[in-house]
Amino acid sequence: MDASTAHSIRVDGSAVGGVVEARNLTRRFGSLTAVDHVSLSIAPGEVFALIGPNGAGKSTLMKMFTTMLPPTSGQAIIAGFDVAKAPQQVRSHIGYVPQVLSADGELTGYENMILSARLYLIPAAERAAKVAAALAMMGLTEARDRLVQTYSGGMARRLEVAQSTLHRPAVLFMDEPTVGLDPGGRRAVWAHVQDLRREIGAAVVFSTHYMDEAEEVCDRLALIAGGKVAAIGTPAELKARLGGDATLDDVFTQLTGVSGELGGATP
Amino acid sequence: MSMELSPRRSVLAPVGDYATQVWAVSAAEVTKLRHDPIELISRAVQPVLWLLLFGQVMAHVRGLSVGAGSYLDFLAPGILAQSVLFVAIFYGLSAIWERDLGVLHRYMVSPAPRSALVIGKALASSVRGLSQAIVIYLCAALMGVGLSFRPERIALVVVFIVMASALFSTFSLIIACIVKTRERFMGVGQFLTMPIFFASNAIYPISLMPTWLRAIARANPLSYEVDGLRTLMLSSGQSQFGLAFDLAALALGLCLCVVVATRMYPRLTQ
Ligand SMILES: Nc1ncnc2c1ncn2[C@@H]1O[C@H](COP(=O)(O)OP(=O)(O)O)[C@@H](O)[C@H]1O
Ligand SMILES: [Mg+2]
Repeated sequence: MDASTAHSIRVDGSAVGGVVEARNLTRRFGSLTAVDHVSLSIAPGEVFALIGPNGAGKSTLMKMFTTMLPPTSGQAIIAGFDVAKAPQQVRSHIGYVPQVLSADGELTGYENMILSARLYLIPAAERAAKVAAALAMMGLTEARDRLVQTYSGGMARRLEVAQSTLHRPAVLFMDEPTVGLDPGGRRAVWAHVQDLRREIGAAVVFSTHYMDEAEEVCDRLALIAGGKVAAIGTPAELKARLGGDATLDDVFTQLTGVSGELGGATP
Repeated sequence: MSMELSPRRSVLAPVGDYATQVWAVSAAEVTKLRHDPIELISRAVQPVLWLLLFGQVMAHVRGLSVGAGSYLDFLAPGILAQSVLFVAIFYGLSAIWERDLGVLHRYMVSPAPRSALVIGKALASSVRGLSQAIVIYLCAALMGVGLSFRPERIALVVVFIVMASALFSTFSLIIACIVKTRERFMGVGQFLTMPIFFASNAIYPISLMPTWLRAIARANPLSYEVDGLRTLMLSSGQSQFGLAFDLAALALGLCLCVVVATRMYPRLTQ
């Protein structure tokens, strides 16, 4: 049952049966193909960024990975389970921080955590201790009894991360986790996510249109444009393709004809 | 992880897990009501007005034959059923609201079975229904309605209100999954609530209706709720359809709604 035993690492370092495996994953909305034959593999514990401008298909891809949206065709295997055939198993092995704020503003931070602890079937005897530890890890102990509607954007994001990882998922998906946050808030979210990753060893898959942020925190990234994967690799590999002191934004512009950063800046 | 089987887990463990997940949803709703109880009170104004104004005026209409008691006796259970309906029918709107806010994603991405989410929301709506019942009992008692306070009857009234709240809130959730936006829901909600209310025995007996309307009233779950409440709330209460039949009708409607809503609920976040 434990999905991690299904993974072995090949001699060349690439994972066989990664924690996320997409094969020709496609989603259409009417005549629009939002995600177009995406194939990628993400290894356990890896930090992976999906980069692209608004409308590129990042959220749609995430929604398919998290079973929120059925694929039109193709396949996605998450933590060893097929999103189309075993969605409930997938959901019990992942965490998801969606693009819109998903913590309940009318509940306190602690009440939100208890809600998640129950939904994820954390045994009653361990609930209080696990919730307290998770809140502490995210730096929210002081604010635990305040209504979430009084939280800053960064605090609310950290609460959502805590809610999404109480059950120690194999992968944490985060859709534009830092959009709209000030630089301090962004740094705090990432510092806490990195701590958490060290603690539970989950892979982290996130989308962003901040190139600098992606480059700083990710192991590998995929450039997404028009629903397709334009390029995939480590930030260094991708920059080396252009040579000299190219930035990731240069790579993106070169590969897709549009600027990722500029395209992403319009909300 | 939660899904793994360990030899010490009893065969009943999945039932306990399911109940925990249902309770997770209900408890969150109840906590929100505790933070903001004003809403419960303001919702009780409308049924009280119905009893005071509509009830007092209609009591003077001669020739309105409603059986043993007074018209006010006849009306009080109908108004309770009405207020349960009006409160429950807002549930779809709050589901759309939760989707717009993003809160619904938190539920949808959890491993809880969708049916547990639907039932959790449905049970939470009965807390509102029951708080309406308290106000209406008080008001009706002050107005001299011949209420019965026998414990077994009160217990059954609670059962009826829980089932009817769950049924109509789940029905409302289905509508929300079809129309998907707040604006459209507001339109459709009005359009549905009034026929459910007027094509029932809530404020006049079915026997006064034209034949075609009788058929609709007999297929309307609200009629069975009203019949059950009328039987149980009033000391002079007599059932038209039989309490067991009333309960069975509500249970059937509730099961149908839960099955349909379970299939449709995930569509809201797509
Ligand atoms: N539910 C939907 N119905 C119709 N079109 C959609 C829906 N969701 C997304 N799209 C379209 O799919 C494309 C990709 O959207 P999205 O995945 O949200 O992009 P991103 O997250 O990269 O900004 C966009 O053109 C968007 O308008
Ligand atoms: Mg998006």
